[in-house]
Amino acid sequence: MTGPDHSSPQPKSELVHRHSGVVRVTHWINVLCLTVLLMSGLQIFNAHPRLYWGQYGADADHAVLSIEAEETGDSVGGITRIGSLSIPTTGILGASKVEGELSPRAFPAWLTLPRYQDLAAGRRWHFFFAWLFVINGFLYLIYGIVAGHFRRDLKPNADQLTARHLAREIADHARLKFARGDEARRYNALQKIAYLIVIFALLPLMLATGLTMSPGVNAAFPWMLDLFGGRQSARTIHFITASLIVTFVAIHIAMVLVSGAWNNMRSMITGYYAIKPERPPA
Amino acid sequence: MSILLSRRRFLGLSAVGTSALFLNGCDRLTQNEDVQRVLEKAETLTETAQRTLLPRGALAREYTEADLSPVFKVNGTSAPDGEEYARLMAGNFADWRLVVDGLVRQPLSLSLTDLKRLPSRTQITRHDCVEGWSAIGKWTGVPLGLLLQSAGLLPNARYIVFYCADDLGATLDGTGRYYESLDLVDAFHPQTILAYGMNGVDLPVGHGAPLRLRVERQLGYKHAKYLMRIQVTDSFAAIAGGKGGFWEDLGYEWYAGI
Repeated sequence: MTGPDHSSPQPKSELVHRHSGVVRVTHWINVLCLTVLLMSGLQIFNAHPRLYWGQYGADADHAVLSIEAEETGDSVGGITRIGSLSIPTTGILGASKVEGELSPRAFPAWLTLPRYQDLAAGRRWHFFFAWLFVINGFLYLIYGIVAGHFRRDLKPNADQLTARHLAREIADHARLKFARGDEARRYNALQKIAYLIVIFALLPLMLATGLTMSPGVNAAFPWMLDLFGGRQSARTIHFITASLIVTFVAIHIAMVLVSGAWNNMRSMITGYYAIKPERPPA
Repeated sequence: MSILLSRRRFLGLSAVGTSALFLNGCDRLTQNEDVQRVLEKAETLTETAQRTLLPRGALAREYTEADLSPVFKVNGTSAPDGEEYARLMAGNFADWRLVVDGLVRQPLSLSLTDLKRLPSRTQITRHDCVEGWSAIGKWTGVPLGLLLQSAGLLPNARYIVFYCADDLGATLDGTGRYYESLDLVDAFHPQTILAYGMNGVDLPVGHGAPLRLRVERQLGYKHAKYLMRIQVTDSFAAIAGGKGGFWEDLGYEWYAGI
């Protein structure tokens, strides 16, 4: 571990303790959970690759989204329909290769858990990791409140919420320019807002819409059906929210890579993050 | 720096190794019995949580006529094979009898007319298939609890097993006969009925004529169609694949509340 070296004419990086043990452990358990939940979720979706709005929805009803196969003569093609939009998606969605042969399949084998079609197995993976996700998330929330993690690390500071500051952050992000020096000791405002949306909106929404698909939970809490506009709406929102989480993860990983991949990875594994010194004024 | 480099290499190699292991290993983990036994613990957790935290008598939502699905999807068997069922159907199920036996004081054998003479319940409920779709239908039938009460359960009664007329494929024991089972909590739930009517008419063959089970707080595969016999038992371990139902023997949850 190195500290700041004041004798050197050129300032060096300073290692700071950025992530607590609880944050690191719950982060990686969450990575595992979300990966398994996504892949087993796509397996479950494949059992009925149509989404509806309202209380009911089956083959004869209007679908807001469908990922299906269409057979023309000997060949099979994949069609994804969103509203009135029809997109040919052969090879990826609707029809993709299973053991070398193009077959009807909503999401491709390499995205589902297990790779072969098995709804029962997909459900077993999904519900086990849903429980782990809930327990892990619950522990994280308690820690975040008790240890002051949300208040200290995730709540945007007053100076970060000014229009000028936010505009500058957006411009900096667009140019892939990341904070150095003291400003790198805290998360930037866009980062904080993104994390807060995921932690307090998207992940809880995932759980709530998942539970709203349970006929057992429906009987006890029928208001959840009203909240989401019905079981089939809840299923559709579950799918949309999952897509938003995937979008977040894609951007999150991209930002981790472009803003110092090894430094970021180290901080989420060992806890220590190197603060780069400010660039000397040119 | 050299420490950092070797750590980098270590992290890089672990990342590559982990993802390869993950992608190749998922199917193998799915087929590994020990892994599956661990994953199955979640079913027990779900069942315990729902039975403990949710009120046992809570009613499934009942909808109105305006909410009915225009088309109620026929799923699973659309018409049972076999001469016996064909004969019963040809006779408009006049010769059909529902047998209630097992751990009861008074075994019963009831005709459709007998059942229709008993107090009935009509409910408009949502049917949720394990595949993900839902359909709303109106069901009329005899509360199962009423029948069980008149048969009189013996003290060691734990489960109600439903035997059906339809074959749905080869199960582990070589037969493909559909069957299902419930515990006493769901068996005596007020909305658990043996339905002989659907959407105001006699139960159609596609939906399980002459009689099907409705167990509104669980998924569709629990709602056994084409009922022939109801057996009260203390265990279903010795029946067919031993998991308590046709789909359960193929790996689906016995407690289908989610």
